[in-house]
Amino acid sequence: MAYNVKEIVANKPARFTAGHRMCAGCGAPPVARMIMRALKEEDHAVVSNATGCMEVSTCIYPYTSWTTSYIHTAFECAAATCSGAEAAYKAMKRQGKLPEDKHTKFITFGGDGGTYDIGIQSLSGAMERGHDMTYVCYDNGAYMNTGIQRSSATPRFADTTTSPAGDVIPGKMQSRKDLTEIMASHHLPYVAQTIGVNNFKDLYEKAEKAIYTEGPTFLNVLAPCPRGWGYPTDMLMQINKLAIDTCYWPLYEVVDGKYKITYKPAKKLPIEEFLKPQRRFKHMFKPGNEWMIEAFQEEVDKRWQELLDLEEITNKNND
Amino acid sequence: MADVKINKDTPWQEMTPGGDIYEAGNSVCFKTGDWRSVKPVFIPEKCKQCGLCFPVCPDNAIPVGKDQKRTDFNYDYCKGCGVCAKTCPFGAIEMKEI
Repeated sequence: MAYNVKEIVANKPARFTAGHRMCAGCGAPPVARMIMRALKEEDHAVVSNATGCMEVSTCIYPYTSWTTSYIHTAFECAAATCSGAEAAYKAMKRQGKLPEDKHTKFITFGGDGGTYDIGIQSLSGAMERGHDMTYVCYDNGAYMNTGIQRSSATPRFADTTTSPAGDVIPGKMQSRKDLTEIMASHHLPYVAQTIGVNNFKDLYEKAEKAIYTEGPTFLNVLAPCPRGWGYPTDMLMQINKLAIDTCYWPLYEVVDGKYKITYKPAKKLPIEEFLKPQRRFKHMFKPGNEWMIEAFQEEVDKRWQELLDLEEITNKNND
Repeated sequence: MADVKINKDTPWQEMTPGGDIYEAGNSVCFKTGDWRSVKPVFIPEKCKQCGLCFPVCPDNAIPVGKDQKRTDFNYDYCKGCGVCAKTCPFGAIEMKEI
């Protein structure tokens, strides 16, 4: 069935209601909602959520924004909790305590702090053990919930409260970790990097594939943060578009080890376009700091080229 | 949905053990509309029902009926971020000061 955003929004339950306390213009709720919509209507879902913006603002006692089974778990063990729940359901089915024909899907949401940094060992473990679950990392590039501290997903030169740009350091001094590549190295059946842009087709289709591929799957989604990145709240979709058009956030999927880039911009924009609207990169545009933009561009180009090469190499034997 | 009975004055004896929440999706009882400092105004004459604004709302404040058509905003939840107005290619959403 061809993707139709109107049909999907009109007919599929969001499973993530209004009344949550995420900031105005936050990039994460539209992403979470679309991923939950990728579930078949008749399927039940268990969501485990690492501590982070999404957890603290959707589950403020005595309220919850989730209409599926939901477990709040600590920063470091979201994937472990989800894998445990998956194993428990399996065991209960085997013992006849749950009906065989009822399908339950297991989804974990974690922010970049809970995924790139604190939760990576439990994530790696759960993926390696081969649980039938989907891990979704919504990457907003810092610990936004606690006050914009740098994480290993924060790009180089970004100004955060623990990597303040000034005379001493030029913002964050290290490059960002490439988590999608790390997950691809686990040789999972499905790994993808995506974003909510235009009519959310890319996000929905990848989420559907991830959820309904048997075995452990991983999605990495960019979710801009107006507060932490320092851009006007209404610019969410424009920032997302610039992220993919500058190849800062390439969209691709790895299916059984084969890379496929799902979006190649017709005209690759210079990285300045993405950096300029954001206050966290403001210092890069001061006279004398041109080297920062050059270094940033160089890194983006290098990673994009690596991806193009990987796509070519992994698809070679097919021709 | 029934009102949530637990509030800041509830004694601990009357709270749920372990802080469990027994009702799914009850955050709809918590209206976030009062966060808004600017307000989106829907102009139905300009709207082509293209569907681009449906999924972008972080607060699910754009109601979409089974006929796949949107209606006016749900101001109970709209936080006034303006993402929808910026996304609309036809100028059918305008942000107004309140």
